[in-house]
Amino acid sequence: MSVNSAAEDGLDWFYTDTVKSHFFNPQNIITNDKDEHDFARRASGVGQVGSPQCGDVMKVWIVVRENRIAECKWKTFGCASAIASTSMMSVIVTEKGGMHIDDALMLRPVGILSRLGGLPAIKVHCSVLGDQALRAAIEDYRSKI
Amino acid sequence: MEDIYLDYAAATPLHPEVQDAIRPLENVFYGNPGSLHFKGLEAYRAITKARETIATILRCQLSEIVFTSGGTESINLALQGVARQKMSGHIITTAIEHVSVLETCRFLEHNNFEVTYIKPDQRGLVNVQDIRAALRPDTILVSVMYANNEIGTIQPIAEIGAICHKRRILFHTDACQAAGVLDLNVNTLQVDLLTLNGSKIYGPKGIGLLYVRNGVVLQPIFHGGGQERGIRSGTENVAGIVGLAKALEIAQADCASENERLSTLRDYLVKDVIRTIPKTILNGDVKQRLPNNVNITFLDIEGEALILHLNELGIYAATGSACNSKKLKPSHVLTAIGVSGDAVHGSIRFTLGRFTKQQHLDFLLAKLPSIVEKLRQMSPINIKLKDVYV
Repeated sequence: MSVNSAAEDGLDWFYTDTVKSHFFNPQNIITNDKDEHDFARRASGVGQVGSPQCGDVMKVWIVVRENRIAECKWKTFGCASAIASTSMMSVIVTEKGGMHIDDALMLRPVGILSRLGGLPAIKVHCSVLGDQALRAAIEDYRSKI
Repeated sequence: MEDIYLDYAAATPLHPEVQDAIRPLENVFYGNPGSLHFKGLEAYRAITKARETIATILRCQLSEIVFTSGGTESINLALQGVARQKMSGHIITTAIEHVSVLETCRFLEHNNFEVTYIKPDQRGLVNVQDIRAALRPDTILVSVMYANNEIGTIQPIAEIGAICHKRRILFHTDACQAAGVLDLNVNTLQVDLLTLNGSKIYGPKGIGLLYVRNGVVLQPIFHGGGQERGIRSGTENVAGIVGLAKALEIAQADCASENERLSTLRDYLVKDVIRTIPKTILNGDVKQRLPNNVNITFLDIEGEALILHLNELGIYAATGSACNSKKLKPSHVLTAIGVSGDAVHGSIRFTLGRFTKQQHLDFLLAKLPSIVEKLRQMSPINIKLKDVYV
C-alpha cells in the first residue's frame, strides 16, 4: 500500500495536497435534496456500503451509457480520507469518456490510493470503501438490464 | 486572523510567570539536589520550597508529595504501587477513566487482580451507591477521576472518599483535569492518593505528582537512587517541580473569578450551537461539569472531517470520537454514557482556557453552521435525535 513517506509510523495524520484538495473541494457531489432526487431518478444504478457504527458510509449513483460510466455522484459519511477517496474514485471512473464497467469492477483501493498520493497508514483499510459502493452500483445496474 | 485554540484539556501554554520561575533553574540552579555541595543544596532548596507551596494547596505534609514525570506515571505508580504491595485483590474504577487508568487496570487484570468498571449514568455522573454496592471484602483500591477529560463531568469524590475511608479501602483520584479549577484539599476529598500534572494547568509538560497519604505503602515502579523517599527513584526534575508549584499556585489563586468567566463563555457557546445548528446534543451533565468543557455531538457527520475544516480556519478543537486523533476507536466515554454507535462518531470537544475570549467563540459560531451544513449535505445518513442514546 502506498502511504505518505512522513507517515510511516502511522502517527502522522497529515494528508497529501491531493487528499486535502478533494476533501475541501469534493468532485461530483450532490449539492442539495432536489439534485439528489433528480439524479437518483435518472441513475442507472445505486450502491451503498458501510455503517454509521463503523464510522463510514458511502453511497454511489452511476449513469451508464454504452457500458461506460458517464456520470458518478456520491455521498459519504466519514473522515477526511473517506470523503477524499470517494471523490477521487468518482473522478477516476468518469474521466476520459468514462470507464468501461468491466474495468470499473476491477477498481481496487490501491488504484484510488495511488492517485491520492497515499493516505496515513492507519486510514487505509477503513476509509477506502468507494470501490465497494461502486461495485454495488454496477451490480444494481446489471440486475436491472 | 489569530489562531483560536480551543483544546486546553489536551495541553495548555506555559503561563508567563511559570516561565519566569523556571528560567534560572536551567542555567543557574543546575545542581543535583542529592549533591553534598552548595550547587546541590540550591536545587534541593528550590524543590523544598515548591513542595511547601503544593503542600499548602493540598493541605498535606511535605513527605506526602511524590514528584513524577506526569499524569500517566502518577496513575501507574498509584495503581500498580498499591496492587504490587497487596499482591492480589479487587479494584474498583469507572468506565470513563483516562486510558492510563483503564490500561493499567487491564494490565492488572492479567496479573491476578479483578477489576470492576462502574458505568456512569447518561449524564456522565458516577453514582456513589454503585461504588458502595461494588465493594467487596477483598477490595484493595478504588480509583475514580475527579473530572472527566472528554465530557468534563465532575464526580462526587468526597462522598466516595468517605465510603472508602469508612471501609479502610484505599482511594485514588485522577485530578489532572480538575487541578486548575477545583478544590484540591485532600482531607475534604478524603483521598489516599491523588494524581495531578503540570501540562493541563499552564505548567511545564513532563512533570506531575502523586499525593500519597502517610501510612500508605506503595511498591515503587522505578528502582535506583531512592529519591522521593524511595517511592520514585531518579534525579529530580527541578525546573519542572518549581514550574508545577508555580502553576498550581496561580491556578488556585484566581480560580474563582476565572471559573466564573469560563463557565459564562461555556454556556454561551453551548446555547448558541444548540440553537443555531439542528440535531446537536451536549454530552455530559449541564451543571456538574468543568467550567471550560463543551462536548457536542453533531448528528450525521464525522468528527474528524469537522475538525479539519475548523483547523483550516485556524480553530483548534478535538474529537473525542472515532478517528480519535490517531486512534480509530469510538470514544469509550461516550459509549459508556450510552451514546449509540450511530451517533458516537460525530462529537467535538471544545475546551476553553485562560486566553479564550468571547470574540473567539463568536468567530467559531459564525463559521460552524455552514461547515456542518456542507458535511451534512454530503452525508448519506439521517440519524434521528431519539436514536442518540441506546
